[in-house]
Amino acid sequence: MDILAIQLVNGLSYGLLLFMITSGLSLIFGIMGVLNLAHGSLYMVGAYLALGITKHVAPSFFAALLLAPLLVALFSVILEVGLLRPTYRLGHLSQVLLTFGLAYVVHDLVRWIWGSSVQSLSIPASLGSSVELFGQTFPIYRLAVMGFGLIVAAAMWFFQEKTRWGAIIRAGLSNREMVGGLGINITVVFTVVFAIGGLLAGIGGVAAAPILGLFPGMEFEVLILALVILVVGGLGSITGTLAASMIIGVVDTFGKVMFPQLSLMIIFGLMALVLIVKPTGLLGKQVN
Amino acid sequence: MRKTKIVIAFLLVLSMALLSACGQSATAPVSGSENKPQGEAPAAGGDKAPANQAPVKIGAILPYSGVYASLGENLTRGLELYFDTVNWEAGGRKIELIKEDEENDPQAALRKLRKLVEKDQIDFLTGPVSTAVAYALRDEVDSKKIPFLVSHAGGNDLTRSKGSNYIWRSSFSSWQIGHSMGKYAYDHISKKMYLVAADYAFGHEVVTAFKEAYTAAGGEITGEVFPPLGSNDYASYLTQIKGANPEAVYAFFAGSDAVRFVQQYEQYGLKGKIPLVGSGWLNAEDIRPAQGSSPEGIISTMFWDYHLDTPENKAFIEAYEKKYNQRPSIESIEGYDAGRIIAEVLNSLNGDTSDKQKVTEAFGKVAFTSPRGPIKFDPKTHHIIQQLYVIQTELKDGKTENKVIDTIGEVQDPGVQ
Repeated sequence: MDILAIQLVNGLSYGLLLFMITSGLSLIFGIMGVLNLAHGSLYMVGAYLALGITKHVAPSFFAALLLAPLLVALFSVILEVGLLRPTYRLGHLSQVLLTFGLAYVVHDLVRWIWGSSVQSLSIPASLGSSVELFGQTFPIYRLAVMGFGLIVAAAMWFFQEKTRWGAIIRAGLSNREMVGGLGINITVVFTVVFAIGGLLAGIGGVAAAPILGLFPGMEFEVLILALVILVVGGLGSITGTLAASMIIGVVDTFGKVMFPQLSLMIIFGLMALVLIVKPTGLLGKQVN
Repeated sequence: MRKTKIVIAFLLVLSMALLSACGQSATAPVSGSENKPQGEAPAAGGDKAPANQAPVKIGAILPYSGVYASLGENLTRGLELYFDTVNWEAGGRKIELIKEDEENDPQAALRKLRKLVEKDQIDFLTGPVSTAVAYALRDEVDSKKIPFLVSHAGGNDLTRSKGSNYIWRSSFSSWQIGHSMGKYAYDHISKKMYLVAADYAFGHEVVTAFKEAYTAAGGEITGEVFPPLGSNDYASYLTQIKGANPEAVYAFFAGSDAVRFVQQYEQYGLKGKIPLVGSGWLNAEDIRPAQGSSPEGIISTMFWDYHLDTPENKAFIEAYEKKYNQRPSIESIEGYDAGRIIAEVLNSLNGDTSDKQKVTEAFGKVAFTSPRGPIKFDPKTHHIIQQLYVIQTELKDGKTENKVIDTIGEVQDPGVQ
């Protein structure tokens, strides 16, 4: 029983970690309709920047957690303004191909700058120990990640549902021209949304780095899972993304325990099932 | 519209994921399980006149891109370092190294091999990292009679059912790695063992060999689990292992998998309570810095270690660090030895590589003391006979270092069983 309980906690902590990584992708896709396949790369850049900051600037994990996501957001703004903006008029395929190509460019850049061997970001000393939970040892850092993930989710929900900016963004999703007609500069809105997406990817990267490690290729591992969560959760719904992340986390954890050889298949099977039963995703809105 | 986009995205991402099929783990020793028919070599072969003045051409098919790029780089560094010491000359001929990227893709590597054979007319082939690639090159090497010194890929069958008259291996077999720990673990660690290994051909081969030696010594396996190669998170496996309350754990992971597994082994409170043993990739020289203090106490077996205290190893490390300003890894020594073996073959033939049968026979006579200890070839299996060492990781001033605590002695791959 204790083992089951602790596995549930394992699953939830993994799920919330995945949520932090996926939320930015979900936001950008839900609001801008841009499927950013370079999202994993932003996540990776966040993680590597955190490594660079702790090594060369300030040897503090929390400084990195504050600074690296901001730098990633800045990088995202440059990408959006410089590369992505001209593609809004073109088809969706060009955006997918552009961001996918970008993922490869960033992959090689990271390898060039930081090398191809695996590295890791150390857990801050204050969160480095473990606690007893249901009679089992559980790392405090993971509990902290869970709490942080919930805070991020709450903040995103509040921003999107309760603030004026959130209202503008939601309006932009429903009817771009009308929002523009009401005197709101939709181009700026898009840039801001993309920057927030980058910020979230950066936060996910820094938070995940001590658990998942850093190496070129880490972004594609995560991108696949993020796309699965996006499909399961439904488009344009933060609650859906949160629910899907938790479900994937828990299903993956119990899948690994009960059918270790099939764990990846179980996740994709779940995705297929959701697509058949509820094609819009668990909490997805019908858009377009 | 958005559906289409998602579908396109998935196709792209999945195709990419498949391209790097077992490429999830950054520096894993790769293995594949392709089944190529065993083409028999045609007997006739047009021998060229010996061209002793022309340079000897060595083709190296190694990963220079993708997840195994760091392995390819270290193998090449070792190889070039050795050729530096002999001034790029052996048997009276200049040595020319032609590098090709194996791309972790058997078909691409086969194309590169054909180019090396037909255009460059290489005299020797060395590489690759991936066993799947090595298996794909096997038939071409065999029919074209290209002496092929395998310098990393460790799948057992390369010197067993997929062996060839022209294939020699100077690195290791998964059998050597796994088997070497079996009796030692029974005698010194525990009579009962839990097994955990990455779920791919190489991981299974290593664990099978370990099990064979461990149970033969009288040990008992209390459980086993195979997480997928490149798992993000070992939390659930570790909770499960801990719940089974084993006396000790034997693990096979490499590269980023080893970093994650060993770190999480500590975070979930198994370190210090349940002894962790495994292969030398678990606490390898090039990944320990990323593992922090977590590998402390791991006991593993490997054919070389940075702290192996022999004059040959000291000289090698000094030269390597002087040239590259970095510690050598397991792959560096593999490259270095491959260079020396090829040079010794050339010396023994006075540079005459025209008779391929004589060249391949010359490999069997190569024996010398490498930085990893005395090595020689088994003429029957074409596989290296080498020392294996027991290595323990210790914590010194906040940093981990490995220490050679025992030797297993000479380990000879049994070949076809």
